[in-house]
Amino acid sequence: MVSLLDIIGPVMVGPSSSHTAGACRLGLLARCLVGGTPEHARVELHGSFARTGEGHGTDKAIVGGLMGFRPDDERIRDALGIAEREGLDYRFEKTTLGEENEVHPNTVRITVERRDRSTVMVGSSLGAGRVLVTEIDGYPVEVTGNYHTIVLVAEDIPGSVARIATILAEDGINIATLRLTRKARGGDAFMVIEVDEAPDEKAGADIGALPWVRWVYRLDKVSA
Amino acid sequence: MYHSLADAIRDAEASGKTLAQVALEAESRDQGRPVAEIRDALGRALGVMRGAVSRGLVGDLHSTSGLVGGDAAKLREGPGGPLVGTPFRDVLARALAVQEVNAAMGVIVAAPTAGGAGVLPAVLTGLADARRLGDDAVIDALATAGLIGAVVAQRASLSGAEGGCQAETGAAAGMAAGAATEMLGGSPSQAGHAVALAQQGTLGLVCDPLGGLVELPCVFRNATGAAIAMAAIEMALAGITFAIPVDEVIDTMGEIGRAMDVRYRETAGGGLAATPTGRRLARERLFQIKRSGG
Repeated sequence: MVSLLDIIGPVMVGPSSSHTAGACRLGLLARCLVGGTPEHARVELHGSFARTGEGHGTDKAIVGGLMGFRPDDERIRDALGIAEREGLDYRFEKTTLGEENEVHPNTVRITVERRDRSTVMVGSSLGAGRVLVTEIDGYPVEVTGNYHTIVLVAEDIPGSVARIATILAEDGINIATLRLTRKARGGDAFMVIEVDEAPDEKAGADIGALPWVRWVYRLDKVSA
Repeated sequence: MYHSLADAIRDAEASGKTLAQVALEAESRDQGRPVAEIRDALGRALGVMRGAVSRGLVGDLHSTSGLVGGDAAKLREGPGGPLVGTPFRDVLARALAVQEVNAAMGVIVAAPTAGGAGVLPAVLTGLADARRLGDDAVIDALATAGLIGAVVAQRASLSGAEGGCQAETGAAAGMAAGAATEMLGGSPSQAGHAVALAQQGTLGLVCDPLGGLVELPCVFRNATGAAIAMAAIEMALAGITFAIPVDEVIDTMGEIGRAMDVRYRETAGGGLAATPTGRRLARERLFQIKRSGG
């Protein structure tokens, strides 16, 4: 759903809503997947991101996002220098993630590592600062960052949705949307749950503690 | 949010409301937020827009590459042409100003995008200041502009990488034209014609920035985009109508964008970016950016 405030916004550091603000948001989402500023980040730029990213500050914006800077944070201008001081070891590469008509022109694959966690995210910057995460650790997803989002992979067993909904309800968290997909019956089920309130550590831990949940990520809302 | 401007115009005229009102009500329903809260958020955006206009008019900013900067101040203080002393010239100066701030990695409101961020604040604040209209009127105009942009986003595109510059400064010109027409007393239907008149004038506009930097021609294209918006506002308020319905003009922009060669969609592969001088300047400036570590 398009919001007026997405169109009249975001307030951001220039020069490009897709290549700077959107890139920063993708960095913020990748940061969430490892729960903080990663120690290592490999950033593979595709299409227009690869061809024109440097002059747009795409590199600074993604690295800024990985450090938790939001798109209107003027520190983005100096993000590469700050990253070196903060111990974020980043590497940029140009790549091709698919055919021109299949992959959005502004797409990036970010591999982040922090402590014992490592994860791979593919996301696109759709224009006007809007983003879409399309893949996490090889699973197809659709995460916009317009809501606080919980992403999890669980065994496909009866009652799994009810159990998770109960945990969220106990924490006073209202579900906005819930999408469940699976590769095969009885195989792993992939759940993307968009919620109205920011889920706390406890909700994440409670869901993660369920024996049939393989992993769970919390992604912060990153829209304006 | 509305998917069709014709629907929004019909709803507004049937209930005697403005497009701003129906836009705010639709947003309130969609997002479950009170109208007052949405207007507050638009008011904050207006504050950032005014800040960028003032900052850019000082004239001391230079872009990351040094390719652009200082021209807004020339238009404000330099020798005059036929528009000297008119709100039109002031609007052009403001469009350059915001875009110079953007190119210098300063803070702007991407409305609808950063590359097209100069048009809307220039036209709305320039005309509001000339007519001594208060911020409430400009906030309403921003809601109308948001509605128009939302329709363009759903029917066509707001991304230069997808649709060329017609989807950025072109869309911005349509948003500014419709919003300012209403702000200056035009009916919802006149605002719709203003959008169509502005958007038709930017159909086919390519996105061809030197080196892919949002600098050249982007800074100047915001000024010319604002000029197209001004022409559309003048025509619409004079009662001129455009025979192709506004939604169909927007659809046409989307269709042209989809057919546009990738060289003309923010890849620096064609247009001005691919001229001998464009290539040389981009090479020199990108080298400079790398060397300075900036």
